Amino acid sequence: MSTPDYIPVLELCEQYRIEHTLVTELHEKGVLEVVTISQTRCLHHDSIPVFEKIMRIHKELEINIEGVDVILNLLDKIENLNRQLIKTQNRLRIYE
Amino acid sequence: MAYIDYYKVLGLDKSASEADIKKAYRKLARKYHPDVNPGDTEAEEKFKQVNEANEVLSNPENRKKYDKYGKDWQHADAYEHAEKQRAQYSGGRSSANAGSAQYTGGGFNEEDYSDFFESMFGGGGAGGFRGGSRQSQYRGQDFNATLELDLREVFEKHKRTLSINGKNIRLSIPAGVENGQTIKIKGYGGPGVNGGPNGDLFLQFIINNSTSFRRDGANLYKTVPLDLYTSILGGELLIDTFDSSVKLKVAPETPNGKQVKLKGKGFPVYKKEGQFGDLYITYEINMPQNLSAKEKELFEELAKLRS
Repeated sequence: MSTPDYIPVLELCEQYRIEHTLVTELHEKGVLEVVTISQTRCLHHDSIPVFEKIMRIHKELEINIEGVDVILNLLDKIENLNRQLIKTQNRLRIYE
Repeated sequence: MAYIDYYKVLGLDKSASEADIKKAYRKLARKYHPDVNPGDTEAEEKFKQVNEANEVLSNPENRKKYDKYGKDWQHADAYEHAEKQRAQYSGGRSSANAGSAQYTGGGFNEEDYSDFFESMFGGGGAGGFRGGSRQSQYRGQDFNATLELDLREVFEKHKRTLSINGKNIRLSIPAGVENGQTIKIKGYGGPGVNGGPNGDLFLQFIINNSTSFRRDGANLYKTVPLDLYTSILGGELLIDTFDSSVKLKVAPETPNGKQVKLKGKGFPVYKKEGQFGDLYITYEINMPQNLSAKEKELFEELAKLRS
């Protein structure tokens, strides 16, 4: 596997010392996208920060994969709301 | 250096069992974990306190030491030394973390411990409890910082050197950055854990506006006073745009509040070099004050013509 943008799941699991079944579970539950390139299951390197965040929430807070998914979705929503809030505040300044 | 009541931090009293401590810790860690409170420095601080409290109370030996010397922590070593000399202290140091989870929270580092903790338990985990239950490699903590700029400064692309946690970062700030906008600077966050990559720096811009222009994205807005006679008869006005001035024709019978768009005279569009928003001018008609008798007479005449 020589595609630089993709990291083989097995390599990743070794690096992070986790079972590869966990990555499979994340993929099956739609939390993380795993692609197969030349019969090797890989993760895109842009997904690594999300993957690490998932691992921290899962391991450190002992939250199951479904719970992690809910948290990630809610965090996304909060981020979007914050962005909208800043935009609205900036627009309101026009009338100040 | 202040004494820290670790029981209070976890919302427990001194009689709390190991299970109570574990439960309280997990509950608070879930609440204040940096990953679920991005950019919330208060939560981050609270998380550090909770982590520290757990480090002490979840380890029987350290809890014992803390309970015994707590408020007299400054004399703890002297007491211990005296006790050792009396051969009443076996001195076996536990190296266990008693099965408690050590939350890294995206980068909980040695320097995150309070002075009180360092003084009582040592900088390198003197009680042997700081360590080792987690060997996985983790990306370092993401840092958040704010940079205050004036609206004039972000009209053009410019360079800035920032000092973040002792590191100098030379930044090129594109023209048209928005108030509240956050940019990510890769690798300038906290150091990785166990050889993991560094975290990122999230820099939020606070744009102060001391100009007479109001901004919405790349568009600018300005209210310009117009005297009554020019608004009725028409004329010319010299208007200051953000970086220069333009001569503007005022049409006869211009009503109060009329808005005129000056295309391309607004703010630079973020990351689109050479593109600018528009400038919207709103006329605010100034009524003449302190009319002379003659002026009043002429206005009355005009009024008669209209009735």
